[in-house]
Amino acid sequence: MPPGEGLGEASIAVNGDADIVAARSRAKEMASAVGFSRTNQTVIATAVSEIARNIVVYAGSGEIVLRAQRCDGRWGLVAVASDEGPGIADVEQALTEGYSTAGSLGVGLSGARRLMDSMEIDSEVGRGTTVTMCKWADRRG
Amino acid sequence: MKVPILRQGACLIASVQDALSDAELHDLQARLAEKVGETGVGGVVIDVTVLDVIDSFATRTLSTITSTVRVRGAETVVVGIQPEVAFAMVQLGLSLDGVSTALDLDEGLAQLRGRGVADAAW
Ligand SMILES: Nc1ncnc2c1ncn2[C@@H]1O[C@H](COP(=O)(O)OP(=O)(O)OP(=O)(O)O)[C@@H](O)[C@H]1O
Ligand SMILES: [Mg+2]
Repeated sequence: MPPGEGLGEASIAVNGDADIVAARSRAKEMASAVGFSRTNQTVIATAVSEIARNIVVYAGSGEIVLRAQRCDGRWGLVAVASDEGPGIADVEQALTEGYSTAGSLGVGLSGARRLMDSMEIDSEVGRGTTVTMCKWADRRG
Repeated sequence: MKVPILRQGACLIASVQDALSDAELHDLQARLAEKVGETGVGGVVIDVTVLDVIDSFATRTLSTITSTVRVRGAETVVVGIQPEVAFAMVQLGLSLDGVSTALDLDEGLAQLRGRGVADAAW
């Protein structure tokens, strides 16, 4: 059985900063169940923490769904963060390290992309943002 | 849950017990600044051994605490950052510039002693 088969999915409503803690601890649990190393569990939880905080800061509320599933042909853990907030006008710019409209460090998105194996951002101004990211399961479970 | 802050000689020791929300991190920052002012201690140790994630917000708060505490005349050491947590922080693009770190509480106190905080051991 491939790692993660049958683990289903977890969905976390993100409405405030306590939910950021919930999202990352759920991500860590799921990563552990899928068989990720301790380091990769932490890596995934850290990336989830960043995108969850972006939901709270920029959109106010949204949702994170975690799934053990195939991505790019390999087993892994997928995190989808979606919100119906203001959207991102220029995704490339948002992914630039140091770019922030909040006067912050601007490391969240670019850093999360580096932590994960893939990241896709689908955003439309006035409609919302969906960030999908994935980490491939460790070779050995 | 509030992070307990204990006084040990010339130091305050804040031992994080559980994952911290942003609000709880802010609260720790405010209470430490206040307590350093009240007690006039020379050193602060923040034990983060239990934290399994230190993200951008937590990193920023730790460095703000360090500078706030310094303005009040005390030095801060952050102890117990787990290796995988440090790895993820670096990958994320964070650095603890200006924040002193040590392996554990004993080393943190020794470091403060070395930096001239009197009576850092007990
Ligand atoms: N869910 C979102 N909705 C709307 N805008 C977003 C969202 N996520 C990110 N952004 C935009 O992308 C920019 C970059 O995000 P990123 O997380 O990299 O940095 P930051 O949040 O500004 O700072 P940091 O995460 O380092 O505290 C943000 O400043 C914001 O303008
Ligand atoms: Mg961010």
